[in-house]
Amino acid sequence: MKKGSLITLTARGFYCERAGFYIDPWRPVDVAVLTHTHSDHAYYGSKRYVVTEEAQQLARIRLGEDASLSTRKYGQTTTVNGVKVSFHPAGHILGSAQVRVEYKGEVWVASGDYKLTPDPTCKPFETVKCHNFITEATFGLPIYRWPPPEQVFGEINDWWRRNQERGKSSVIFAYSLGKAQRVLAGIDASIGRIYTHGAVERLTGAYREAGVRLAPTIYAGGVTNRKEYVGSLIVAPPSAQTSTWLRRFGTQSTAFASGWMMVRGARRQRAVDRGFVLSDHADWPELNAAIKATSAETVYVTHGFAPEVVRWLNENGTNAVALKTQFIGDDGPELLDEESESSLKAETPV
Amino acid sequence: MSVPPSDMKLFSELYVELDQTNKTNEKVEAMKFYFERAAPHDAAWALYFLSGRKPRQIIPSRFLREWAIEASGIPEWLYFESRDTVGDGAETSALLLPNNTDLDETPLHTLVEDQLLPLRRLDEATQKDAVTSAWSRMNYSQRLVYNKLISGAFRVGVSQLLVVRALSQFSELQTDIIAHRLMGEWSPSAEFFNKLVGPDLEPDETAIARPYPFHLAHQIDVAPDELGKVSDWQAEWKWDGIRAQVIKRADEVFIWSRGEDLMTERFPEVADAAYELPNGTVLDGELLPWRDGGVLPFLEMQRRIGRKNLSAKLLEEVPVILQCYDLLEYEGRDIRSFDFKTRREFLEQVLDSLSGAAKQVIRPTESVRATSWKQLGKHREKSRSLGVEGFMLKHRGSPYRVGRHRGDWWKWKIDPLTVDCVLIYAQKGSGKRSNLFTDYTFGVWDGDQLVPFAKAYSGLTDAEIRKVDRFVRDNTLEKFGPVRAVKPELVFELAFEAIQPSTRHRSGVAVRFPRISRWREDKKPEEADSLETIKEMLNAYQSAAR
Repeated sequence: MKKGSLITLTARGFYCERAGFYIDPWRPVDVAVLTHTHSDHAYYGSKRYVVTEEAQQLARIRLGEDASLSTRKYGQTTTVNGVKVSFHPAGHILGSAQVRVEYKGEVWVASGDYKLTPDPTCKPFETVKCHNFITEATFGLPIYRWPPPEQVFGEINDWWRRNQERGKSSVIFAYSLGKAQRVLAGIDASIGRIYTHGAVERLTGAYREAGVRLAPTIYAGGVTNRKEYVGSLIVAPPSAQTSTWLRRFGTQSTAFASGWMMVRGARRQRAVDRGFVLSDHADWPELNAAIKATSAETVYVTHGFAPEVVRWLNENGTNAVALKTQFIGDDGPELLDEESESSLKAETPV
Repeated sequence: MSVPPSDMKLFSELYVELDQTNKTNEKVEAMKFYFERAAPHDAAWALYFLSGRKPRQIIPSRFLREWAIEASGIPEWLYFESRDTVGDGAETSALLLPNNTDLDETPLHTLVEDQLLPLRRLDEATQKDAVTSAWSRMNYSQRLVYNKLISGAFRVGVSQLLVVRALSQFSELQTDIIAHRLMGEWSPSAEFFNKLVGPDLEPDETAIARPYPFHLAHQIDVAPDELGKVSDWQAEWKWDGIRAQVIKRADEVFIWSRGEDLMTERFPEVADAAYELPNGTVLDGELLPWRDGGVLPFLEMQRRIGRKNLSAKLLEEVPVILQCYDLLEYEGRDIRSFDFKTRREFLEQVLDSLSGAAKQVIRPTESVRATSWKQLGKHREKSRSLGVEGFMLKHRGSPYRVGRHRGDWWKWKIDPLTVDCVLIYAQKGSGKRSNLFTDYTFGVWDGDQLVPFAKAYSGLTDAEIRKVDRFVRDNTLEKFGPVRAVKPELVFELAFEAIQPSTRHRSGVAVRFPRISRWREDKKPEEADSLETIKEMLNAYQSAAR
């Protein structure tokens, strides 16, 4: 990113000087435009936040009741000092957006996190043509190719049924914002009762208020008779894996829903009985397809396997540059979302 | 199910199930489920693989990699980046090959016998055709299993104990019978499998080469005096060599390792002495490099194991003896259920019948007498100077059991040697730890420089591993291929069993069984030990051994 370009990378994050706003800053600023409400993209303490309408509730939960929020519809353009700014669906989680910034015909798109796989809990990713595209690379290696979600949900349903037959409860760990709701949208709710951890329940409520159809859930905090849990499904954040909270569910099989589960080593490291490949990020083919579709002249690659994706793009005729952001380290959302889980857990009665 | 139920599909599903769960009951259940559905010939092959046997590498992994790179259409560097993240070549290739949802329905035995094993003899082009066409018929998990089989890297996370339990549940035979029938060499045929799980005691039961399952012990976790009267126990030196079973039946001698390798030819002096044993004798003992009345460092033994052809010179430099612990078969009769005291008496009687020369090679291990635990504890302090790991405690009334048990036999090992050293290099692990930096090289001070001293992989909790991993990522000074040089900041206490001079190591010493015993977060790198301290330790250790 050149000095004086429309978007620059500063110590606080991506900055548009001409219009005076930051995109997903990691320090408090005056105006923060947020692609989505995961903790590494939605940092506390800025004076004003701009989010999509769909993300409003989640931003409240994340940033607190006192945060000053303004919302925009997808596709709605705001012009500041000649700079046109608009949100476009990123398909990552509810309310997630790419931020399009245009000045004098030059277009930048900061995509935040995104995926192309269909997901009933959020609007599908929309290709936005641009000159400069800022992309994530969380799963930027060709080993990451997601199986179709129908197949994965088939496996999850089978696992739940089989545990039920054996008198076990099924505990699935899924990040409380996004992944948990995706599980609830895809699961076959006719199999049995579904209970949620407090952190999951609260955000699930926000999804339902936004009109997303999810399987009915029961907050596990209100249950007195533990026999109820036999044969049920429990949706919990990964941070619950090592807590005594799990004991109440009796004999259980555990699973983790994440793109990282593609690799056996990562799954074994998690020490769960099953790993289901379900990601809210683009896999390798999706990254390539999304980047190509933007027709961007320059692609800026942020967190994850940025050096690998940059080399791949450059070798294949796309000008690409790696950027060092504070979004996430190599371990990507895993570490990061755990942090957000724990901050949520602190606020939520369990 | 519409497909014949014993094909490759069933086996790759078993593999996936075993690979997925950490729970032993689920593993046993999955294997039982498999044995109930598999045809005997396929089940025999599955068992062959499950029990850790595998064909030698059929195709070099380099070829597999090249063909996978070609088939997936990615550049070589991207393959290597991927493999660094996955930590396993067979899995990386399976993940990279173009998607295919078809299932190969070839029976497992056909796949192995007709498609895999003959490949070794073919030329590269034919091999390539065979492999790529197999890939095109298979889905991801089948390819994974196939790649692992073909590259000789197949491994399943089940212990022999679990396999035996599953077979026992399936066949309704006792686990001891199954364990015994599985010992030694067998070929994976339908006939073998049917006999294995068949109800009849075949004459096969006493096949002359077949060893018994070993009885293993746990490290004692209570104060020894809590075991009761010292007179009820026999204390023996715990030798650190190669645990072995020596069989003399029908005028033949067989020497088996605990890993069920037939090692008769590697220890000709022991085999020669064993020919003097009466037929129908089975000894349990430890093979040790031994000269001038004392044990030699284990490194010497490794010279013997590593060599295919034993030169007369080597045989003279590193003679091997058998310290006998136990007698399992006496006058052709399985006496494992007899009490230890009786077995020991028979053992001494049998060994007493040997000629003078053979007695030098096969000898009963010394029993250390004491009138109190305290006195025994005193004797144990001599362990390091004798080159032993401490004591084995055996209850005089105990039978010879199958596998690892608590209660009758205990290891009472001496505390390991320890050194504080500094993390200097880290590398990503493999398997479970493939995405984390878990393989560490530690340094000690030589003047103002840190010299590499030992490598260690285990001993940290998962939480600690994550912390160290983060540290490595944030504090990398330099990359050498997969190895990262890190800021010398973290101090760990390394424990090891023995220390030897070495010309191959920059520090001039080599240690045996190094592992991390604690993370010394309380120590600064300057406080780590120096090479000087280690050399002193080496001198003390060597003079004690003399």
